[in-house]
Amino acid sequence: MNFDLEKFKVHGEPLIYGAMISIALASIGIVVGLTVFRKWGWLWREWLTTVDHKRIGVMYILAALLMLFRGGIDALMMRLQTAAPDMKFLDAQHYNEVFTTHGLIMILFMAMPFIIGLMNVVVPLQIGARDVAFPRLNAVSFWLFFFGAMLLNISFVIGGSPDAGWSAYFPLASLEFSPTVGNNYYSLALQISGIGTLITGVNFIVTILKMRAPGMKLMRMPMFTWSVLITNVIIVFAFPVLTVALALMMFDRLFGSQFFTMANGGMDMLWANLFWVWGHPEVYIVILPAFGIYSEIIATFSKKNLYGYTSMVASMLIISLLSFVVWAHHFYTMGQGVMVNSFFSISTMAIAVPTGVKIFNWLFTLRKGRISFTTPMLYSLAFIPIFTIGGVTGVMLAMASADYQYHNTMFLVAHFHYVLIPGAVFAVIAGFHYWFPKVFGFRLNERLGKHAFWWIIISFNVAFFPLFILGLMGMTRRMYTYSAETGFGPLNMISFAGALGLAIGFAILVYNIYWSTRYMPRDKTGDPWDARTLEWATHSPIPEYNFAVVPNVKSLDAFWAMKYDKQPLFEDQITKIHMPSNTGKPFVLGVVFFFLGFFLVFSMWIPAIVAGIGVLIVLAAMSFDRDHGFYIPADKVIKTEKKLGGGTL
Amino acid sequence: MKVDTSKPLEYGTHENSNRIFGFWVFLGAEIALFATLFTVFFVLANRFADGPSGSELFEIGPVLIETFLLLTSSFTIGLAVHAMRHQYKRAMLVFFGITLLMGLGFLGIEITEFVTYVHEGATLQTSAFLSSLFVLLGTHGAHVTFGFLWGAAIMIQLMRRGINPATANKSFIFSLYWHFLDVVWIFIFSFVYLKGLM
Ligand code: HEM
Ligand SMILES: [Cu+2]
Repeated sequence: MNFDLEKFKVHGEPLIYGAMISIALASIGIVVGLTVFRKWGWLWREWLTTVDHKRIGVMYILAALLMLFRGGIDALMMRLQTAAPDMKFLDAQHYNEVFTTHGLIMILFMAMPFIIGLMNVVVPLQIGARDVAFPRLNAVSFWLFFFGAMLLNISFVIGGSPDAGWSAYFPLASLEFSPTVGNNYYSLALQISGIGTLITGVNFIVTILKMRAPGMKLMRMPMFTWSVLITNVIIVFAFPVLTVALALMMFDRLFGSQFFTMANGGMDMLWANLFWVWGHPEVYIVILPAFGIYSEIIATFSKKNLYGYTSMVASMLIISLLSFVVWAHHFYTMGQGVMVNSFFSISTMAIAVPTGVKIFNWLFTLRKGRISFTTPMLYSLAFIPIFTIGGVTGVMLAMASADYQYHNTMFLVAHFHYVLIPGAVFAVIAGFHYWFPKVFGFRLNERLGKHAFWWIIISFNVAFFPLFILGLMGMTRRMYTYSAETGFGPLNMISFAGALGLAIGFAILVYNIYWSTRYMPRDKTGDPWDARTLEWATHSPIPEYNFAVVPNVKSLDAFWAMKYDKQPLFEDQITKIHMPSNTGKPFVLGVVFFFLGFFLVFSMWIPAIVAGIGVLIVLAAMSFDRDHGFYIPADKVIKTEKKLGGGTL
Repeated sequence: MKVDTSKPLEYGTHENSNRIFGFWVFLGAEIALFATLFTVFFVLANRFADGPSGSELFEIGPVLIETFLLLTSSFTIGLAVHAMRHQYKRAMLVFFGITLLMGLGFLGIEITEFVTYVHEGATLQTSAFLSSLFVLLGTHGAHVTFGFLWGAAIMIQLMRRGINPATANKSFIFSLYWHFLDVVWIFIFSFVYLKGLM
C-alpha cells in the first residue's frame, strides 16, 4: 500500500478552506457544549441508543433538515455562479461537484429521509401499533443512512466530491475520466445508506401488514399509511438494482473490472439502464408518500372524509407499477431506436392518468368542505396548481420526438424542480407543520408559518419559472458559465433572486421552530386540528408505549367516528406493556460502516479489511444478543396516563 | 413473551412469525438483486474482448461436484429443521454441521476454480464477460460465506442455549436462506455453466 497524503487534500478554493474551518469549529463547539453541560450521557442514553420509532423519526427529520440547508447552499452557489454572464465565483470543476452533490443530497439525503422520518413518527400511530415490527433494525436503518450521508459530506473537504452528475453516467464517471476519489465516495456513501433504506422497506412492509390494530382492515388504513406501504414495496424491488449498480461501479473504479468501460467489451449504456431502473422509481418513492400527506391534510382541514378513497389507493398502485416501466425516457436521445422510444413515451404519458385521478379527488374533497386555511393546508393547496405545471411539462418531455429539443436544457431542470419541490419539499414541510404538535405537544406559530409559506411559494416560482424560458432559448443544463451575447443573463438574475427568496423563506421556517419552542402554548388535548386518524387519539407528546390500550377499529377514520358518532375506540383494560430495550450496537455498526467506506474510497486495503471484520463482529454481537426487552407494569402505565391527562381512558 | 404452543416452535411468538414474514420480504429483495446480476451477465455474456469465452474456460467436473454439494446441503438443512421440530438437539446439530461443511466444500472448489481461471489469464479485468462472471459467482459465493458464518453463530447458540423459540426461529430463517442460495445456484448452473459450455 502506498500511502499518499496528496490524495486526501482538496486544493485551492477559499470556499473549501472556509468550509473546513466552519466544520472544524462546529464540531469543536458541539463537543465543548456537550461536555460543559454534561450532556454526553443524556445524548447516548436518550438518542444514540434509542429504538423508539418516534425518536428515530425525529433524528431522521433533523438530519434531513440539516441536509436541506447543505443542498440549499449548493443551490445558491450555483445560482450565484450563473446569475450573470462570465461570473468568476466557481470554477468548472467546482461547479461540477456542486451540482452533483446538490442533486444527490436533495434526493437521497434530504427528501427521502425526511419522508422516512415522518413515516417513522406517524405510521405506527396511524395503525394503532405500539412500535414498528423490528425496532432495533429500525435503528440500524437510521445509522446506516446517517453515516452514509456523513461519508458523502466529508468528500468536500477530504479528497474531493463526486463530479459526474447525480446520475454519474459512464464513461464520464469512470476512473479514466474522473480520476479523483469523488465517484468512489458516490458509490460507497450511497451503498451504505441504501442498505439502510432497504432495511426500512422490509421493516415497514411487515409493520403495516402485521402490526395493525384489531379491526383495521387494509381498506380502513389511512391514506398516508397506504402510500407508505406502496412506497416500501417499491423500495424493496428498486433498491437492490441500485445496490448492484453501485457495486459494479465500485468494481470498475477500484478493481479495474470492465462493466461500463468503452474498451474490453464493457457497455456504458448498461449503467444508464441500471441507474434509471432504480432512479425513476426513486422519484416515486419520494412523491407517493407526499400524496399520502396531502390526502390527510386536505381531508382534515376540509372536515370531510377523503373523496374517492378506493380510487386513491388504486391510482397509487397503478403509478407504482408504471414507475418501473418508464426508465428509458431518461435517454431517448442516446440512440435506442424508434420502437423503444415509443414504448417508453407511451408508458410515461400513461402515468398522467392516475395522477390526474388523484388531483380530481383532492379537488372533490375540497368541494363543499369547511376549509380552514392553516399553514399545512396552504402548502397542500399551493401544491395542486404548481405540481400540475410540473406534470404538464413532464408530458411535454415524455414525447420522445420533442425531447430531442428540450433534452438536457434548463427546461428539464425547471420541470423536475416543479414536480420535486411541491411533490416532496412542500409535502414534508406541510407534514412537518401538521404532525409537529403530535410529537412535541405544541403547534408552530401560524403567523410565522404563513410568512414563510408566502416567501417560499412566490420565490419558488421566481426561481424556477424563468428556467423554462431559458431552456427553450437553448441554455443547456450543467453549464457553469455563458457569455453576454447569449442573452441568458437577465432571466438567470431573476432566478437567482428567487433562490435568495427561498433561502429567506426557509430561514423564517427555522426561526419559527425556535420561536414556537419558547413561546407557543402547550396543547393538552392531543388533537389540536380536530383530525380524523388514530395518531391523534393518543397524547401529545406521545408516551413511549404509544397507546395505553390498543384501539379497536370499526371503520375508516375511526378516531373521527369515536369523537362524533360515539363509536368506542378503547375498550380493553390497561395491562403491562412489552417494550424493546435500547441498544448501542446499531450506532456502532454505523460507525464501523463509515470507516469501511472511507478506507475503501481511498483504496486503503488493510484498514478496510479490518473494518470489514469489524462489521461482522458487530453483526455477530447482535445475533448473540439475548435482551428480550422489558415490561412497563400496568400501574405505571395508569400513572403516566393520569399525568398526561388521560384522554384515552 | 407469550408462546403459542399450537404452532411450530419457530412461529411460536408474534415476533417470531413477523421475523419469518420479514425474511420472506427480504428474499424478495434478494431475488431482485440476483435478477439484476443475471441481467448484467446476459447483457455482457458475449463480450469476450481478447479474453477466453465460457466454453474455453469451464470444466464440467468441479461444477457438478459443487452442484451436488449444494443440493445435498439444502436437503440436510431440511433434515435439521425436521429434527428441530422433534426437539432432537443432537441430530439437529449434526445435520446443521454437515450442511455447513458442505457449504465449505463448495467454497473450496469455487475458490480453486477462480484461482485456475486467473492462472489461465482470465481475470476480473480481462473482459466484460469475465467481470460479470466473477461478480455473479462471487456474489453467490459471498452469500455462501456469509451463510457459513451466520450458521456457525446459530450452531453455537443452539449448543449453549438449546432449542427454544429464539434459536428455532433463527434456524428456520437460516434454512430459508440456504434453500434460496440453492435455487440461485441452479440458475447459475443452467444459465452460466451449461449454456456457456454449449
Ligand atoms: C431549494 C431551491 C433549489 C434551487 C435554487 C435549486 C437549483 C438547482 C440548480 C441551479 C441546479 C443545476 C442546474 C444545472 O446547472 O444543471 C439543480 C440541479 C438539480 N436539483 Fe435543484 N434546486 C433546489 C432544490 C432542489 C430540490 C428540493 C431537489 C430534490 C428534491 C433538487 C434536485 C435537483 C437535481 C436532482 C438536480 C440535478 C443535478 C445534476 O444535474 O446532477 N433541487 N438545482
Ligand atoms: Cu423518469
